[in-house]
Amino acid sequence: MTDYMDTLGRIFDIQKFSVHDGPGIRTIVFLKGCFLRCRWCCNPESQRYEIEEMSTDGTVKTIGRDVTVREIMDEVLKDRVYYRRSGGGLTISGGEALRQPEFTTALLKAAKESGVSTAIESTGHASFEIIQMLLPYLDLYLLDIKHINPDKHKEFTGVSNRLILENAVKIARDAKKLIIRVPVVPNFNDTPDEIADIAGFASSLPNVNEIHLLPYHRLGRDKYTGLGREYRMGDIMPPPNDKMQELCNTAEKLGLKAQIGG
Amino acid sequence: MSGFYTGSITKSPRINRLVEHLLLKMPEIEAERAVLLTESYMQTEGEPIITRRAKAFKHILENIPITIRPDELIVGSATKAPRSCQVFPEFSYDWLENEFDTVATRSADPFYISDETKQALSNVYRYWKGKTTSELATEYMIPEARQAIDHNIFTPGNYFYNGVGHVTVDYAKVIEIGYEGIITEAELALSKLNPGDGDFARKSHFLNAVILSCRAACDYAARYHELARSMAEKESNPQRKQELAQISDICLRVPAKGATSFYEACQSFWFVQMLIQMESSGHSISPGRFDQYMYPYYKADIDSGAVTVEFAQELMDCVWVKLNDLNKVRDAASAEGFAGYSLFQNLIAGGQNSEGVDVTNPLSFMCIEASMHVRLPQPSLSVRVWNGTPHEFLIKAAELTRTGIGLPAYYNDEVIIPALVNRGLTLADARDYCIIGCVEPQKAGKTEGWHDAAFFNMCRPLELVFSNGMDAGKQISIRTGDVSQFGTFQEFYDAYRAQMNYMIELLVNADNAIDVAHAERCPLPYLSSMVEDCIGRCKSVQEGGAVYNFTGPQGFGIANVTDSLWAIKTLVFDQKKYTLADFKNALDDNFGRSMPADQAQKITVAIVAELARLGKSLDETRIAEIYKAVLNNQTDSEKKAAYVSLLSDIEALPKYGNDVSEVDFFARDVAYTYSKPLERYENPRGGQYQAGLYPVSANVPLGAQTGATPDGRLAGTPIADGVSPAAGRDVHGPTAACNSVAKLDHFIASNGTLFNMKFHPSALAGRSGLESFIALIRGYFDQKGSHMQFNVVSRETLLDAQKNPDQYRSLVVRVAGYSALFTTLSRSLQDDIINRTEQTAE
Repeated sequence: MTDYMDTLGRIFDIQKFSVHDGPGIRTIVFLKGCFLRCRWCCNPESQRYEIEEMSTDGTVKTIGRDVTVREIMDEVLKDRVYYRRSGGGLTISGGEALRQPEFTTALLKAAKESGVSTAIESTGHASFEIIQMLLPYLDLYLLDIKHINPDKHKEFTGVSNRLILENAVKIARDAKKLIIRVPVVPNFNDTPDEIADIAGFASSLPNVNEIHLLPYHRLGRDKYTGLGREYRMGDIMPPPNDKMQELCNTAEKLGLKAQIGG
Repeated sequence: MSGFYTGSITKSPRINRLVEHLLLKMPEIEAERAVLLTESYMQTEGEPIITRRAKAFKHILENIPITIRPDELIVGSATKAPRSCQVFPEFSYDWLENEFDTVATRSADPFYISDETKQALSNVYRYWKGKTTSELATEYMIPEARQAIDHNIFTPGNYFYNGVGHVTVDYAKVIEIGYEGIITEAELALSKLNPGDGDFARKSHFLNAVILSCRAACDYAARYHELARSMAEKESNPQRKQELAQISDICLRVPAKGATSFYEACQSFWFVQMLIQMESSGHSISPGRFDQYMYPYYKADIDSGAVTVEFAQELMDCVWVKLNDLNKVRDAASAEGFAGYSLFQNLIAGGQNSEGVDVTNPLSFMCIEASMHVRLPQPSLSVRVWNGTPHEFLIKAAELTRTGIGLPAYYNDEVIIPALVNRGLTLADARDYCIIGCVEPQKAGKTEGWHDAAFFNMCRPLELVFSNGMDAGKQISIRTGDVSQFGTFQEFYDAYRAQMNYMIELLVNADNAIDVAHAERCPLPYLSSMVEDCIGRCKSVQEGGAVYNFTGPQGFGIANVTDSLWAIKTLVFDQKKYTLADFKNALDDNFGRSMPADQAQKITVAIVAELARLGKSLDETRIAEIYKAVLNNQTDSEKKAAYVSLLSDIEALPKYGNDVSEVDFFARDVAYTYSKPLERYENPRGGQYQAGLYPVSANVPLGAQTGATPDGRLAGTPIADGVSPAAGRDVHGPTAACNSVAKLDHFIASNGTLFNMKFHPSALAGRSGLESFIALIRGYFDQKGSHMQFNVVSRETLLDAQKNPDQYRSLVVRVAGYSALFTTLSRSLQDDIINRTEQTAE
């Protein structure tokens, strides 16, 4: 008998007591492998699907391991009591959840079977059939929209935003809840006009009324060195608080509930 | 009920002035009480002890200097200088005499002492030789117990050298009927005795002592009535003049009579609180459910318009400041263990009543507000949490936590109530519990709990397994066999349990000896007047007058012992990678690291003793050489390399605190090695022993006396605090740590468990931060954890405070069951707090 609990997936981390990626106290499962190559990515070890090595403070760590849904659920359910008390649950992040659709779907299904609320944090860059597969088991879709201009999107992430924007419309129509998230990255999308474009698009989507502006941070920088890769953001500093507040106001003017951070 | 006011209440400018005055100078030791006590004792030689105690109390209260400090609304000071202390030679004195010249300069809790005071104390100390409770207790102990104390297996030092304290009296009763009401009760009881009764002599003397003590308290308040009146006459500021006149009126009425207003109730409370600490040096005199017994007076005054919310808050703030005006000097070693000038006056808000109904009220919120206003370590503010606790009350509590003051501590009704019922309390009494001192639950006004009866270091019996009962060259415990010959983990674990059982019995012997000494030499008639059923039974609290009697010594080191036994089980018996001899060598050599001085000294003594046994006597020079060699630990490089690999193998094992079920359930069993044998014992008051699992701050100094342990902990370093995971070893976040700790059996550790967590302020930012924080507490409590407390400060803040203590004089941190000013703590304790794992939200 093939049991969906035995579905294998490749993850690189599980993080407990996460309070910034969906409501309440959550456990985040980080999947390995992503379609995009965002220059600012703070988890560069998540991008390749292949298991690899990264050195941190002189010790070499293997990044990535294959696990079953059952094993993940054993970990996820340890914090069930906190989900119940906080309205939290499971968030699948990455990497990209849609990069491993069968595993993601099985994991979401298992969570719902156990009464755990579910979210994914995703780029939306996949065929909609894949997304459709997991929507029945998903309570919240946290969808990144990084830029409205397809060329600039391609330049900074490696892919065009065409598929993402198309999917956004369909997800908004079919998902239980959709929140748009924007990594605010200096020299990429941090002008009021650019944010207004994204917020304008978001507010045009049916049933969408929330947007999260996530300020760029440099905490992932050392990982690039550890992976022997180049950090292409250089010495760009995180956007200051007043700037973030200004962009937040911009988004609010377009009728969205906007917040800084998740 | 709904619609609690959750916002802030204006803080009177008076409060800052009171706090400033309080913290202006180093606390001082004053001699008056000791001198007056001795005068009285000299006059009452040969009289019954209970009578002598009452007469001495009266003599002290009639003659001790009294003072009203600037701006005070609540009056009554035990000392002339703020935040200072009297001394209590009837319990012990020689330690202070020995420390006269160092007490002002020591690192933990220094006190100024004048030459005059030294002289006065030296004079009275001559009288006390052979008359103290500690000397009598020593006589009552068997030599093996004294030896175990000398070898730091456990330390009953607290009650050995001091009064017992650790009680919540029936404040409600004094506030309601006054001491005149209690005197009437005692007189009635007296009238029912027949001179022909077999126990008439004892009973009648006890009741007369109660009456005398209560009258002394009334007369003491009358002195404040006079003082306030004469100060009012001389006062030129009309507002202050009026305040003093009102103080004078109030002190004429309370605590002699029942309070008729919230102000009078506050003042009455304060006299009770202060005078208990004048009768005896016992700390942890805990106000208990202040929000409950004060509420009727508050509500009546608010309803009638007699007070505003702001003025009621100001009065409470004044009470809060006064709780910091009391102080206690301890010997240098104890000062390390209780660091922070702490008196552990635990005051608890919220929770359910004796019928199981939630009775959180506006005063519960105002208690939290008062701690926000005064930002001082006392009272040790606690909140009761259960499924019926209003969410907004927890939000208010979390807001206080977020200020980084280390308050409040959170307690779980859902564990504590059944735990107390299991110890024989009625359900109604259990539901009405309050917390004493650090974390110890009791029913107020009915209990003599002896909650803090000793520190028991659970790591030391583990050392005794490896040494076959030897310590520093002496056979101090039973022989459990040559450790290298154990063939199974079960044999090893059985040996540990045997060492534990033996030492627990000695601990009980020591505690009971001290208990008897207190009953014989220092019964407390004043305290007994406020604890049921002393008047009914006509005997003092110390002789078993209370309805509920317990003794609760606290074990600590669960995390280290668990991780140690797990390492031995896995590496020696499961994987067979090392032998027990390998472990023994590594521990003896401190894993090849340099040896702390304490340990080096102990090892040297052991070597010298061993050589002497073999007939080799050594001269001083040779002994000094051995000591030097041990200190430098000249382990050869091959051995050192082996230790490095052993340490890294230990390091790689799963540890308690990371939500690894098999390790955590093992910890539960380890905790039983202390709690289960203990509950079989009885104390001289007819009560049961019950375990606590918390260390106050003794995990640091007692860690310094503990050799290396098989969990990789180096010799002399701190032991894990309370039931918390070992410092820095819980690396999977707060929920994992909570889940691990919740797997202990908190119900059987009915004298309280202590779980410390340190949060960076960012973890509590915004309303959502507070919500997550509360959900974490709720989640831990849902899984039947008993207590939780938090430090919310950044590591940088603490490091900076170490460098610039002057700029952080008011920085309050949570130490253990209490908060203290960070800069008053010893350096090593500061380091320990900094090194506790800092939890942040990801």
